[in-house]
Amino acid sequence: MTDTPETKPFEPVIIGFTCNWCSYRAADMAGISRMKYAPNVRLIRLMCSGRLDPTFVFKAFAGGADAVLVSGCHPGDCHYSTQNYKAMRRFHLMQRVLTQMGIEPGRTKLLWASAAEGQIFANEITKFVEEVRLLGPLNWNKSAAPVVPVEVPAEEVQA
Amino acid sequence: MSPAEKKPQERVGVYVCHCGTNIAGVVNVAEVSKWAADNLVHEGVIVARDYKFMCSSLGQELIQKDIKELKLTRVVVAACSPHLHERTFRNACKGAGLNPYLCELVSIREQDAWVHTDKIAATEKAKAIISGGVARVIHHVPLEPLHVPIHPATLIVGGGIAGIQAALEIADAGFPVYLVEREPSIGGHMAQFDKTFPTLDCSACILTPKMVDVGNHPNITMLTYSEVQKVDGYVGNFAVTIKKRARYIKTEDCTGCGICWEKCPKKVIDDKFEAGLGYRKAVYTPFPQAVPKYPVIDDINCTYYIKGTCKACEKFCPTNAIDFNQKDEIITVEVGNIILATGWDLFDARRVPNYGYGRLANVFSNLEFERLSNSAGPTGGNIVLRDGKTTPKSVGIIHCVGSRDKNYNNYCSAICCMQSLKFAHLVHEKTGATVYNFYIDIRTPAKAYDEFYQRIIEEGTLFVRGKVAEVTDAARNPGEEGKLIVQVEDTLVGKQRRIPVDMVILSAGLEPRFDSKAVAKTFGISCSADGWFIERHPKLDPVATMTEGVYIAGCVQGPKDIPASVVQGAAAAARILGRIQQKEIALEPVRATINEEQCSGCRICNTLCPFNAILFHEDKMVSEVNPALCQGCGTCVAACPAGAISGTGFSNEQILSQIDGLLLLNLDKKEAMA
Repeated sequence: MTDTPETKPFEPVIIGFTCNWCSYRAADMAGISRMKYAPNVRLIRLMCSGRLDPTFVFKAFAGGADAVLVSGCHPGDCHYSTQNYKAMRRFHLMQRVLTQMGIEPGRTKLLWASAAEGQIFANEITKFVEEVRLLGPLNWNKSAAPVVPVEVPAEEVQA
Repeated sequence: MSPAEKKPQERVGVYVCHCGTNIAGVVNVAEVSKWAADNLVHEGVIVARDYKFMCSSLGQELIQKDIKELKLTRVVVAACSPHLHERTFRNACKGAGLNPYLCELVSIREQDAWVHTDKIAATEKAKAIISGGVARVIHHVPLEPLHVPIHPATLIVGGGIAGIQAALEIADAGFPVYLVEREPSIGGHMAQFDKTFPTLDCSACILTPKMVDVGNHPNITMLTYSEVQKVDGYVGNFAVTIKKRARYIKTEDCTGCGICWEKCPKKVIDDKFEAGLGYRKAVYTPFPQAVPKYPVIDDINCTYYIKGTCKACEKFCPTNAIDFNQKDEIITVEVGNIILATGWDLFDARRVPNYGYGRLANVFSNLEFERLSNSAGPTGGNIVLRDGKTTPKSVGIIHCVGSRDKNYNNYCSAICCMQSLKFAHLVHEKTGATVYNFYIDIRTPAKAYDEFYQRIIEEGTLFVRGKVAEVTDAARNPGEEGKLIVQVEDTLVGKQRRIPVDMVILSAGLEPRFDSKAVAKTFGISCSADGWFIERHPKLDPVATMTEGVYIAGCVQGPKDIPASVVQGAAAAARILGRIQQKEIALEPVRATINEEQCSGCRICNTLCPFNAILFHEDKMVSEVNPALCQGCGTCVAACPAGAISGTGFSNEQILSQIDGLLLLNLDKKEAMA
């Protein structure tokens, strides 16, 4: 929130969605194995990547995220048998819609990581952060603010 | 859009754990806790504390005291992964009278302190994570766990020693067991072994009584020559589809007299039980003490199935038990819990071409040696070279073949050192040959193992420390003619050595079953990158898996010796017995529900559900979720165009608010309010 592009290198803020069974555990595994990766990603745990409502991604971008990571079990390994395929289909559709909204495809990433793949998870995050760093800040919340009016009824605001 | 912004209705407590220095060493926990207390007031945070170990009883009491005294309605704990301590903190809340599902555990250890080195960035990230947790917890609702009945029967897959032990423990406690085994007989690898280390008990002598017990047990249904095809349902109520392969033997008539395999004219190389060293017939039992005693007809090699004639077995069978028209049978059994004890495959030493296995006649694998040394084996227990008659005068045993090797498997196979020492002893005892052990490190960590090592040293076995480069028959001097030369760098002397021997035994490692990934998929559990099944917790929960009701025992979890496999079999059984005796199990109430008012009856969700949990009411034109079948993945919630489906525990409000919190938008809100 406090980035000053002139003095510091741009540090992207990335929201990551993980599934409870594989990719969140991959993040746990990366932690347990003390693998280091860039601190730019903040994770949200869903039960399944199939739970990912594209609204969540739009919301993240609208709220100031520079990129969004979506991760789940490898195809075929889904805890709920096939739901990650549904996530995959949605992801690609969503990426198209985002492109039409002017958000580069490089700002969304789909990552399959099994519970054992802490190293892959860590490496991919570091790689993704570097890719987003090159894309620069999105600032969608600021540029898009006039287009999407945010309703904040004055009477409900607390002092 | 964002949730209604009202005066904070909830009273939230934030608890930041130091985890000793695990978190506090990287994240400035005091700063984080103060920040939460100062900046999240508008979200309802009325107290934020940090403590050395939140999960300790003192830490939990701290939370409980606040719940009672400060009348907290929500709790956020920033500590380790929810997979480790979510239950701990939920129970703590419950103990203080707060609904356990009003507690949120956010991970600032696995996802922050342990993976970042920049202390400032890590501290900032911790703040964002806590902010996300606070924003989310406000939208939590009190939930009650779902109670489902536990079917008293248990399915055990794999009839090796781990599966046998588990089956006996459960059956002896009075509950039914289905024991599924792929081979015609139970017994597993242990049935092939000659002696067991370090006591040198005869393997068959300690195993076969247990096998007989399994065969005779009224509570055990053995399904040999069978494989699990499909698993439906969930903990407490699994429906398992099993394929019973046709034995072509009417088991109700067969007495196991053995006349059929005596009369069978077709000899087949036995590459399973005898490791390729011996023969069996086309109708056979793998070994004389097989349980069950009924043979099978191997329809790939049987002359009748190849040429259409023969039927010698049928002609001679005194009880007319042969049935050439038998078909595979598919059966379904209902069980409450499952134990996977499917064991291991031997590392194929052919993959190490420089050791010459499969190319040089007198290079043997460990399993071949077990059969060679076994008095029930193809040579009657005589340790001889591949020609079948020459007794070796010198034997080299190579450790770590395919293990602890970047080219093959990184892990230690755990049993090879002791196994190699056992081989050394057996060779000494039976042939008097000179024995060399080529090792990298000797690992003898269990009870009486190192004493066994000392004993083998005293027996005169020669130990050469170094990884063998090559086994070759290319002699360089007359002394090496006709021998196998082991080329090795003796790292204790610092010299290359060429040691001529008559016989080489490769202590090949253990590998996951070739189909372990497919099996894991069938049962809905995870494999490590190597292919071993992953336990719920590597130290504290070694036999449970992440999938409720599915347990693992023995080498399927990782390489281990017989005592450890027995321990795991018994442990898995104990876990399941506890479950069965409670008669029901409490499940996470993470379920989808459909708001009838909002449902338009479009039926998009109907086809999305892999568990057929969504029913469509034709009369009302609305869909409904069956909570007993719903597993809570939430795919339907995300897909509903009307927003009529909500997922408890992972609702839209919770996730959208968490996004706001993670992006620290809730702080902007505060500024806007100020």
